[in-house]
Amino acid sequence: MPQILKLLAQRIALGLILLFLVSALIFAGTVILPGDVAQSILGQSATPEALANLRKDLGLNEPALQRYFNWLGGAITGDLGTSLTSGADITESIGKRLSNTLFLAFWAAVVAVPLAIFLGLLAVRFKDRWPDKAISAVTLASISIPEFLIGYVLMYLIAVKMRWFPSVAMINDSMTLGEKLSSIALPVAVLTLVVLAHMMRMTRAAILNVMQSAYIETAELKGLNGFQVIYRHAFPNAIAPIVNVVMLNLAYLVVGVVVIEVVFVYPGMGQYLVDHVSKRDVPVVQACGLIFAAVYIGLNMIADLVAILSNPRLRHPK
Amino acid sequence: MKDQLHFLARHAVAGKLSRRDFMAKAAALGFTAAAAGTLLTTEARAAGPQKGGTIKIGAQGGSTTDSLDPALVTNQVGQLVTRMWGEPLVELSDDGGLEGKVAESYEASADAKTWTFKLRSGITFSNGKSVTAEDVVETMDRHSGEDTKSGALGIMRGIKNVRADGDSVVFELDSPNADLPYLLADYHLIIQPGGGKDDPAAAIGTGPYVMKAVDMGVRFVAEKNPNYWGDLGNAETLELIVINDNTARVAALQSGQVDMIDRVPPRTAKLVGRAPTIDLRTTSGPGHYVFIMHCNTAPFDNNDVRMALKYGINRQEMVDKVLNGFGSVGNDTPINASYPLFTQLEQREYDPDKAMHHLKKSGHDGEILLRTSDNSFPGAPDASALFQQSCASAGINLNVKREPNDGYWSEVWNNKPFCTSYWGGRPVQDQMFTTAYLSSADWNDTRFNNEQFDQMLVAARGELDQGKRKQMYADMSTILRDEGGLICPMFNDFIDATTDRIDGWVEGVAGYALMNSYAPMRMWVKA
Repeated sequence: MPQILKLLAQRIALGLILLFLVSALIFAGTVILPGDVAQSILGQSATPEALANLRKDLGLNEPALQRYFNWLGGAITGDLGTSLTSGADITESIGKRLSNTLFLAFWAAVVAVPLAIFLGLLAVRFKDRWPDKAISAVTLASISIPEFLIGYVLMYLIAVKMRWFPSVAMINDSMTLGEKLSSIALPVAVLTLVVLAHMMRMTRAAILNVMQSAYIETAELKGLNGFQVIYRHAFPNAIAPIVNVVMLNLAYLVVGVVVIEVVFVYPGMGQYLVDHVSKRDVPVVQACGLIFAAVYIGLNMIADLVAILSNPRLRHPK
Repeated sequence: MKDQLHFLARHAVAGKLSRRDFMAKAAALGFTAAAAGTLLTTEARAAGPQKGGTIKIGAQGGSTTDSLDPALVTNQVGQLVTRMWGEPLVELSDDGGLEGKVAESYEASADAKTWTFKLRSGITFSNGKSVTAEDVVETMDRHSGEDTKSGALGIMRGIKNVRADGDSVVFELDSPNADLPYLLADYHLIIQPGGGKDDPAAAIGTGPYVMKAVDMGVRFVAEKNPNYWGDLGNAETLELIVINDNTARVAALQSGQVDMIDRVPPRTAKLVGRAPTIDLRTTSGPGHYVFIMHCNTAPFDNNDVRMALKYGINRQEMVDKVLNGFGSVGNDTPINASYPLFTQLEQREYDPDKAMHHLKKSGHDGEILLRTSDNSFPGAPDASALFQQSCASAGINLNVKREPNDGYWSEVWNNKPFCTSYWGGRPVQDQMFTTAYLSSADWNDTRFNNEQFDQMLVAARGELDQGKRKQMYADMSTILRDEGGLICPMFNDFIDATTDRIDGWVEGVAGYALMNSYAPMRMWVKA
């Protein structure tokens, strides 16, 4: 047991180091952006005095390394600074947007992950017969079409023609959970379609791989039916690659949904980030970058840990 | 037959049928003009303003980085929101004149250097405080001075002093300006308590609504201000949703999630308007799309090169293909019929022979580089390609270079000698000329330097005789048309759309999109 704890600690430490490196990259990236930050805030009408004042206020006269550690120190303690354009506290304004993004990602995952795994199992059970082919064809088609197009098509059919769900996925605090869910139905549907194929195909491939093993034959000879074999013997052994893909897609649901947010006018992180990039609001961009990186690294780390824990060979290395 | 007439009358009232068409059709049904006219009035009254309900607006152009501070408003969403909770001293009226808001009336001294605005008595801000002349003075002060970030600074530069005089406010100018009241209708100059110096983004003003929920770049909710002095504002609640994506905005209207939208894309506008529940609303305005040449940079420092290009552009084709007919041809001046003192000059037509003649006369040989980008105006790359084609027939070798959207306004516009751009226009000619064609203007994006033009501009500003002024502006437009660096092929219409759940649209309101931003307040939910 101590060995596995050591392994976990190693993984977590690696994740933290990676996050640290990414933070350095984000900071360096925003520093080398063309154009002076003060100049882009003040625009055409900048006077030399105003520029000098603003540079001083922003701490731009200090060396970059010192600014980096100031920023990093703040970020670790939960203080992401203030927005240059609105003067608002970033932690507070990002918090609201992040919770919206997580809300959408959560419900998309709740629908997509079980559905993908179930469809994957179904495809294995009816391998090379029509259910398998139908599932593959539909999911592959939906991943091949650009997501904004799926969005527009669903919007036209379901919101404009049938009027089942709204085309504008606006949520706010005064809505009940039911109203919120109805409001995000369309983006959830699009995101589900986009991430479904990847997870479904990986589930199918991983389980089919295991199905070649001798112990599956044994299980079949034991008299278990198709689903029981898959569920009790194949699935546990195929869990590591499936979790890996699921986590990658969950990360996508959080950090990659800018287009969907714009199409459905959803007040999440993506739109927030784009607005601030176009105004060169560097602290906000840095904060968003850091959060996105943390989500990505965190979810991948979870995938690693699950893979280790689910695999006896990794759990007990010789 | 009577039913048919009622049907027609309802259509006429809803604006789907012009009054003249209605009369003609009524006559065809055998009704006398008097009877038909009476019927039209009755229908209009029956369909008169209804109070209450919620009007939802889907608008383009809002961003998370916006502020409620009227000094910092730059986009359509900001203009719509600002007019809900606040008011300037005066505002454009439907016919392009002015009507009083916070100010009840105004008058000028004989030399147009001193203007006195009498404030409306007994009106209050939404925080309960009475509006005083000091509030107005402080407001003007906040938008003045070189360290203000206000978008109205250019307007305030010509004002020497603002002082309170009882219940009036007196503006003293550096030089005469007959247009001062028009300048004060600017949407930045919203009267705020104490000038808004303590809390500029508090959204406290004298407007017909008060803000209930504000989420920048996302959603705004306003409720009727029970203490508003006037009768503006029909719906009890206004909800504005920022929808920047064109398709999403149109879909929101089609699915009935919003009642009105702005900026319907010209390409799909006719399809959108075909739906039975949707009314397309077009308004011509002063906004125009331009190709701008620097008059001080070779080869554009030669007027014959400029003239060659002006004759080498096919204006009607651009209106048809780039605006899909939603606009009108330009005449190489920034002025069109939406300006109060407009004079129609002789229309310049596409003429390859004349273009070739001017090119030969200039002695210029070789290609001419035009820079463009998607965001310089909608369809700018297409317009540039059309321009290239029409120039080719005149023997002009125009080379089009596509620039990235990011950085276009800082790197290309007002920087490179020949590029595409747009102007939103201004309420009066003086302001348009002063902003972009006076030789000392900050935004003189054609590097136009004409002493005679500058002198006439200053002289016209102080001229109170409208007839003389009109002639002066016509002369200035002629100078610009024949010598300027501006190629103006088209004026773009504002294309808005509303659903049949709401009513009360007024055709041809002067100003900008959505009835000069007042549509949410002036329209009503049908009973």
